[in-house]
Amino acid sequence: MGDFFTVSALVVTFASGIRLATPFLLASLGETLGQRSGVLNLGVEGVMLLGAFGAYYTVLKAGSQPLALLVAIAIGIVMGLLYAVVTLVMQAEQGISGIGVFLFGLGFTDLAFQKWVGTPIPIARLEPWPIPGLSDIPVIGEVLFQHNPLVYGAFLLVPIMTYLISRTTFGLNVRAVGETPEAADTLGVSVNGTRLVTIIVANVLASLAGAVVALEVGNFQQNLTAGRGFIAIALVYFGAWRPFGAMVGSLLFGFVLALVNQWGALGIISGSASSLAAMAPAVLTIVVLVFISNRVGQPAALTRPFDRSN
Amino acid sequence: MSVSTVPEPKPTSPSITPMLEMKGITKRFPGVIANDRVDLSVRPGTVHTLLGENGAGKSTLMKILYGLYQPDEGEIFFEGKRIEIMSPADAINHGIGMIHQHFMLVPTLTVAENVALGLHPALSRADMGPVRRRLTEVSDQYGLKLDPDAYIWQLAVGERQRAEILKALYRDAQLLVLDEPTAVLTPPEVDDLFATLRQLTADGRGLIFISHKLHEVMELADEVTVLRDGEVSGHTTPAESSREHLAELMVGRSVSLTRDVGVSEVGPAKLQVDNLYVRGDRGTDAVKGLSLEVRAGEVVGIAGVSGNGQRELAEAIFGLRPVVSGSIAINGEEVVDHTPKSVRTNGLAYIPEERMKDGAIGDFTVAENLMLVGYKEPPFARRGFLNLEKIKERCTDLVHRYAVKTPTVETPTRNLSGGNIQKVVIAREFSSEAEAMVVAQPTRGVDIGAAEYIHEQLLRQRAAGAAILLISEDLDEIMQLSDRIIVLLEGEAMGEVMRGDATVGEIGLLMSGVR
Repeated sequence: MGDFFTVSALVVTFASGIRLATPFLLASLGETLGQRSGVLNLGVEGVMLLGAFGAYYTVLKAGSQPLALLVAIAIGIVMGLLYAVVTLVMQAEQGISGIGVFLFGLGFTDLAFQKWVGTPIPIARLEPWPIPGLSDIPVIGEVLFQHNPLVYGAFLLVPIMTYLISRTTFGLNVRAVGETPEAADTLGVSVNGTRLVTIIVANVLASLAGAVVALEVGNFQQNLTAGRGFIAIALVYFGAWRPFGAMVGSLLFGFVLALVNQWGALGIISGSASSLAAMAPAVLTIVVLVFISNRVGQPAALTRPFDRSN
Repeated sequence: MSVSTVPEPKPTSPSITPMLEMKGITKRFPGVIANDRVDLSVRPGTVHTLLGENGAGKSTLMKILYGLYQPDEGEIFFEGKRIEIMSPADAINHGIGMIHQHFMLVPTLTVAENVALGLHPALSRADMGPVRRRLTEVSDQYGLKLDPDAYIWQLAVGERQRAEILKALYRDAQLLVLDEPTAVLTPPEVDDLFATLRQLTADGRGLIFISHKLHEVMELADEVTVLRDGEVSGHTTPAESSREHLAELMVGRSVSLTRDVGVSEVGPAKLQVDNLYVRGDRGTDAVKGLSLEVRAGEVVGIAGVSGNGQRELAEAIFGLRPVVSGSIAINGEEVVDHTPKSVRTNGLAYIPEERMKDGAIGDFTVAENLMLVGYKEPPFARRGFLNLEKIKERCTDLVHRYAVKTPTVETPTRNLSGGNIQKVVIAREFSSEAEAMVVAQPTRGVDIGAAEYIHEQLLRQRAAGAAILLISEDLDEIMQLSDRIIVLLEGEAMGEVMRGDATVGEIGLLMSGVR
């Protein structure tokens, strides 16, 4: 135990906690926006896998990380349009169609990986961009300011998303459409138009979250994201449909993952115990959902398709 | 005083040229013609009332006007020009506003945010300052006091309606459609609303007022168009008409608007409630220390705007909702915390306010719904096997006795009209020979003809010695049928009056908290 409570060990744990929180944060911010407009997307995990593979494959073939991110964004847009057609035009049951998206992502990325790559080939990982000045501050600098740009970007999105939802006309439309779509419709707000935008943003962020996982690991394998997309959905509930709440939840999960890794590496928990410890995120998800069962703040029209003639 | 009696023409007085003309509007749905060549014209500065039973086509016509439906045939002219209304946004742009019966408000947003929805470009800073200022101006002008920063969920029903009206006025609607605006209001609130509406017509705005309350129509309207089965069955003015005449136009036959209650022998107490406390869905006390007694051969009416503990009271008596403290006795037997089945065994019948949620199962046939209570008893079932022949015999008899209009007893109940579904529920409950009954909103959403019949049945039960607790938002219904009236406000009894001792106005004041 003594090894763990040194400053350097704690710095590593906290820094890697923030890094590991990033995919949760990106995905849950997108899902927060989507759910605020009344759309549930259970397919986050599938889109993450697609984004992860897309980014991995782009780096593998073209060697460019920026291009990999653009590819992930494009994948997000395509999946968003697809999900919009399924839920807005065809008005399919959202809980079910999201599972379809997940299974498609899982199956397709595995197939594509087997077919086009075969054996895992490592790629260049994301490099940290220490922020000049700030990163030199002892402890704090190391924990907060020696990350890769996607980490900064994800955390910057928290205030941006908060402002978007609570201080802009678009956010007003999103909230109205997620709560009482009929009222929004009678005032000339396009319900499906608003939802189309939130679905695309949510899918782009999910796809980017997957890309982050692949670029941080520097490799790809079947089911690379290992349930992070589902946890991100749980974090939306945990965060009471607020970006800041999603961030708190993401950090919590990031730190738990970091601790499990760290303790394993330090030999504090070993062998079969570390396999048990690896279940921590799953157990934590269940505990979190049990305690967050009152659902204060849940958009009233969540999962309800809008049809004017009803 | 009604607007039509204002003597000299002012600049804004009713003019001859209509602001709105709907000509030959026809709308078909699979199997039904909802509107059949309907004409409607509204002059500025007047109130045009649209009268009709449920399903007569009023809502369809208004949804067409507001761009929610497209007509199959017909034309709409607004201020002399032919217009196409493809969406609510089009309607708003032309200056048409709608006050929906089920308020179109987002509960989690403030009044100002609700008003601002859809007004500004899709992505810009939501600056509520100017909205708040203009909203305050409009609300001062029309005496519609409301805090712009209050959340809708915090508002009482009357205030929500003001928010709904402000939404239309903020957009400077010249023609306002009000869909049964008085259904949710107390009598004093109705007076305030009418004052506001008169001010709006004095400004030269046109109003379409949808209602089925005949006395309101007579009071407010300049013109009346009556719809029946999708067609215009009459066009008249209050001066040339009478309540009886309007009712006849609505129903298609003459209808009695008064009830002959007769005298009945009052017996021992059958239903007693003592110092009852019940919690509502939000965990706060919905019924607070209520005591009442209903004796055999007596109708006790519970008056009050809905949401004042009526539903919780009914559910607690019937064993559907836990009781915090207090006692409920049926036939002298304590039934607090009994199951509904056990309460029934003690002699209580129940007609719930939401007939499609708690009263009947839509996908079940008429016969199945009629047998929901007695299906286990012989001769309808033996050792767990249903005797379908006996059931059919019994149900055919009930359908006949209670005048349920249904093709067969095997028809799914949801295919029936609201009035006939209610008759199915009533047939089941009244035929159970219970001595005490809780009857909630028996004629809500039911047409005049069926209401007349349901009231007759209720009075027949009273004459036969049943103790009836009648819960209704319809003050006319309460006053016509009840021997005693208890006014409920926020879960407490505001007062009790005997039949004939109080006017609508006095009860209305009690309903709004003035003793």
